[in-house]
Amino acid sequence: MAEDSAAETVIRVRDLAARFDGRTIFEHVSFEVRRGEVFVILGGSGCGKSTLLKHMIGLYPPAEGGIEVLGERIDRLQGAARTALLRRIGVMWQSGALFGSSTLAENIEVPLEEHTSLPAEARALVARVKLGLVGLSDAAGRLPAEISGGMAKRAGIARAMALDPPILFLDEPSAGLDPITSAGLDALIRQIARELGTTFVVVTHELQSILAIGDRCIMLDKEAKGMIAEGDPRRLREESDNPVVRAFFRREVLE
Amino acid sequence: MSAGAGAAARIETGTEGGGRRLAFHGALDAAGAARLWSEALRAARGARPLVLDLAGVTALDTAGAVLLLRLEREAGGQAEWRGLTQEPLQALVERTRAALDRPQPRLAPPLPFLGRVGEAAWQWGQGLLRQVTFLGEALVGAGGALPRPWRLRLSELLRHLDEAGLRAFGLTILLGFLIGLILAFQSSIPMRQFGAEIFIPSLVGISLLRELGPLMAGVILAGRTGSAYAAELGTMTVNEEIDALRIMGIDPIVWLVLPRLLAAMLVMPVLALVMNLSGLLGMGAVMSTLGFPPVAVINQLQNWLRLKDLIGGLSKAAVFGLAIGLVGCRAGLGAGRGPRAVGDAATAAVVGGIIAIVLLDGIFAVLFFRLGW
Repeated sequence: MAEDSAAETVIRVRDLAARFDGRTIFEHVSFEVRRGEVFVILGGSGCGKSTLLKHMIGLYPPAEGGIEVLGERIDRLQGAARTALLRRIGVMWQSGALFGSSTLAENIEVPLEEHTSLPAEARALVARVKLGLVGLSDAAGRLPAEISGGMAKRAGIARAMALDPPILFLDEPSAGLDPITSAGLDALIRQIARELGTTFVVVTHELQSILAIGDRCIMLDKEAKGMIAEGDPRRLREESDNPVVRAFFRREVLE
Repeated sequence: MSAGAGAAARIETGTEGGGRRLAFHGALDAAGAARLWSEALRAARGARPLVLDLAGVTALDTAGAVLLLRLEREAGGQAEWRGLTQEPLQALVERTRAALDRPQPRLAPPLPFLGRVGEAAWQWGQGLLRQVTFLGEALVGAGGALPRPWRLRLSELLRHLDEAGLRAFGLTILLGFLIGLILAFQSSIPMRQFGAEIFIPSLVGISLLRELGPLMAGVILAGRTGSAYAAELGTMTVNEEIDALRIMGIDPIVWLVLPRLLAAMLVMPVLALVMNLSGLLGMGAVMSTLGFPPVAVINQLQNWLRLKDLIGGLSKAAVFGLAIGLVGCRAGLGAGRGPRAVGDAATAAVVGGIIAIVLLDGIFAVLFFRLGW
């Protein structure tokens, strides 16, 4: 389980640049994520937060620079080595991305079925445990179309956790949720991080969430086309002298 | 946390205090649990007391914890846990136990066979009723739009005419030519025995103009356009765009359905005509290989084909177009939620469209017979 070396780096992003059709989304982005922390990528709409996340999980190839996840270059791995690394990360997509024709329990069983040789009974039990962990025991037999947005996000987290990965990536966990549901999700993230020692990389622009869950964060900016801040979000709120960072944390209108 | 977490999992079984002791070694992760599952269950069955010795376990994850708790249940819910000293692992087991102990929802029992038949019949009847309701809504919408034709968006109509009509020409010509060719060629084999090959043009011509032209054009329209209508409107329904239109005080029937219905009705006679002509060309090609000059074929066609064969076929085609458009739009607007809804709507549009044109064709056959056409 989690080795107690708090400073161990599990993700290293070096001088990353993202470009689409010659248009630069961001460049010179470098940071490290340490084991067991909740790391938040924040920024306004359109600054490339989700794009950065998709680079970190190896979905987009970097235009420049590289990404190391658990000591492996996720942007260069191929074949079986890549699959082995992907088993050790879990992703919750913005809208849950649950498979619409399968029940929640079946959704969680998909990675178990694909990547382990557990018998059907064991898969069903693990799915039950995961749904119980996110508080969805009652909804195991329901289809994604029959549940609310907050439930879909929690089910998305349960599916991402099916294989007990050491790193979970969450894309906008609180987007489109009411404050109470959103706070519940934040509490769940903290609980999982504390109890399982899971490292979280969370993309969000919800101020409340950032302050509630984030151990460290980086902030991206559309104008600067890159990182404009890095550190503890509570300290950034108090101490940053970057006007964009200040405006973001204080919900001010930027002149 | 499975990768590289120590040696392959194994169990040692022994007896202790009249019961059984299972000593686990190695990584009890998903792979380990999968390997040991049946062996461990066999060993634990009915063992009282059961001792789970975990001193040799190097790693444990949810799957491993599930296995241990399952063993406990196998032994009648009582087991002595030994050697699980690391606090996070204890917490993991307790959390897994709590999650497994939560009550599970009960599923409704499946209906008996008769019940399923009844449900299917009821659904079918409801579907038919909704289709008729939709036809009524479309008629009312059309009636409302007649005095204010500018409310029908011309650009939308032109787009649908292009997509349903012009872009279907290639497929229609290809299909028509091949059908003419095949019909002529296949009928030439028996006709030759009677020296009646000269009647092939009239046979193919009448079949095409009266029946096959409109029918095949209808199949093309149902496959290409009916499904597209259903998918487009279905996606709009799923995205709540239809609700948005309604709330803006815009009737989706006038805004979305009427241009599509009008386009389907207008293009169908044209498609049927294209189908007829290319079919006749295909037939002509076969006739020329059989040694008949074009003039003989044309003479034969002029002798046998009447204008009302053509007009009857083309007006049938227009009605088919209306039916396909109605079924397609209705399937789209009635789509449920979720990603499967759009696929289901497209399937329903094609199947429903083809069934509708075949049924209508039967009605037309009776009608034309009564009219003496």
